Amino acid sequence: MAAAESLEERGDLIALYKDMLRIRLAEERLAELFADGGVPGFIHLSIGQEAVAVGVISALRPDDTIASNHRGHGHALAKGLDLTEFYLELMGKDEGLCRGRGGSMHVADLSKGMLGANGIVGAGMSIAVGSALAHKSLGNDQIAVVFFGDGALAEGLLHESINLAKILGLPVLFVCENNGWSEFSATSEQISFDLESLATGYGLKYLCVEGSDVCKVADAASRQVADARSYSVPTLLECKTLRVRGHFEGDAQKYRSMDGKEVEEHDPLRVATRALLADGMSEEDLAETRCLVGAEIDIAVEDARKGSTPNFDAALADVYAHQAGV
Amino acid sequence: MEVINYGRSLNNALGDAMANDSRVVVMGEDIGAAGGPFGVTRGLLDKFGSDRVIDTPISEAAIVGAATGAALSGLKPVVEIMFMDFSTLAMDAIVNQAAKAHFMFGGQRSVPMVVRTPHGGGLNAGPQHSQCLEAWFAHIPGLKVVCPSSAANAYGLLRAAIDDPNPVIFVEHKGLYAKKAEVENSRNKQVIGKAAIAREGTDATVVSYGAAVNSAVEAAGLLAENGIEVEIVDLQSIQPWDRDAVLDSVKKTNRLVIAHEAVEAFGVGAEVAATIADIGFDHLDGPIVRVGAAYMPVPFAATLESGYSPNAGDIESAVRRTME
Repeated sequence: MAAAESLEERGDLIALYKDMLRIRLAEERLAELFADGGVPGFIHLSIGQEAVAVGVISALRPDDTIASNHRGHGHALAKGLDLTEFYLELMGKDEGLCRGRGGSMHVADLSKGMLGANGIVGAGMSIAVGSALAHKSLGNDQIAVVFFGDGALAEGLLHESINLAKILGLPVLFVCENNGWSEFSATSEQISFDLESLATGYGLKYLCVEGSDVCKVADAASRQVADARSYSVPTLLECKTLRVRGHFEGDAQKYRSMDGKEVEEHDPLRVATRALLADGMSEEDLAETRCLVGAEIDIAVEDARKGSTPNFDAALADVYAHQAGV
Repeated sequence: MEVINYGRSLNNALGDAMANDSRVVVMGEDIGAAGGPFGVTRGLLDKFGSDRVIDTPISEAAIVGAATGAALSGLKPVVEIMFMDFSTLAMDAIVNQAAKAHFMFGGQRSVPMVVRTPHGGGLNAGPQHSQCLEAWFAHIPGLKVVCPSSAANAYGLLRAAIDDPNPVIFVEHKGLYAKKAEVENSRNKQVIGKAAIAREGTDATVVSYGAAVNSAVEAAGLLAENGIEVEIVDLQSIQPWDRDAVLDSVKKTNRLVIAHEAVEAFGVGAEVAATIADIGFDHLDGPIVRVGAAYMPVPFAATLESGYSPNAGDIESAVRRTME
């Protein structure tokens, strides 16, 4: 892992490592809660992809907006969503970010610029384009980012959205988290083009990085973000990444064989750990960090368990907004 | 009194809303220099510039999705979908994103977006340029559906739709754009969810909306010649719809007909009929009769299309049937 100079401006690798670790441990805990019935519904874990969420979001300002997808826990937590409120939502509690109405696939915190995970593949793309339109129209220099998987390359909305952003000159960063899998099928058997050609075709500046290396992701993202912000243009970042778990939790992945070597080599936490050790950090310090983040998760989960059951009438009353802006 | 046409009323509403609130932007295909296929956005580009009058590529899904994202991020977009038939291409953005965001995100923010789109036949435009699909949208919790019937309510309803914090499907009728009306104040705002009494009567109630209100008025004229006085309730808003106004009228007339241009089966009329059969059962002295289009795609040839579309004669027969 190359420790890049520009990284120092955004905080050091240990901070990025900690953010990735928080996502990892939070999702591992989610898997346990899901297995125990503490988290209902469908959950899609991003284990193995943490460096993309953390690296890209480290290049953003807090007032930039993001649109996420069904595999969105990492994006949400990297964007600064409160861990307890996050668990409360995924457990379906009234105090959750969405008052228990959205769950894992719709977790959102608009006050933090997180425009929602999304249950529809590709749908975040046009939402991000529109968010960028608002930023531009309102005279701000915020940008919007959309995270989408390689499976979404097959959606027509991708093409409409990129074209629209290009034609209107909107500051959008399109981030493809390319893990090679379109749900239960290999993307190589589904997509006839590569992203670089697509970017060339639409006239977008394109960068591709090894998505397991959080520093590389952060550096590439900050270049694409700077261009989007300075010139009010869409840019595209492809991150080659690894989906360790199934499409959703409970997917036995019989369609796929994965060897331990692949995970050893590409797990962003292991990649970062190796770099930190090489930089002189001790095993003890790393263990302590894991302990601290683990304790943070424990507290959040315990607090979330105390949440209350949502009230049906309150939910019914919220189908429509009753005043502007709310 | 002032004479103004439906298209101009809508144009005034857009212009006034934009002048009143810089967050209002209009977007859609050919709405800028071209002024929109039906001329509703004519002149807005010159007045407000291309940052607020946004000509888009032919990408309905992305346009409405972007409008949703823009609404979540501080704008009040008014989208034009050239023909209501093309709203099928934007269904995910409308149904899964815009309609649900306020509820699904726990009331954090609303989606103040209007999708203007013309429905209706009469132009021999064929199966993919003539449909009335409003019932689909009325079925989706989180959407409002509004349908003005004339130049008299087009302005006020569009201003109300733009002011509304929720996504509103604003259904216009292609056959009405050039139709003039005499109005007292062409710039009065209206309220969404309130019906209007288009004609007072005592013998039967006809509930309608959009251009079909004109057919109902024509039918009422024919029936009046035989001493039957029809009361016409113009819903104006389909979701929510004004149950109180319909029920009050039925209490007076004890007979109910619902007439719309959309296909009769599974339509708005079915919802109104079922509701009044329930809450107004004791006031009914005859069957509730629906008038709507035949269960077929809108045909092209003039002779076929005229057979398909309900007209004043169909409404007249329906009133006679409920009075038998």
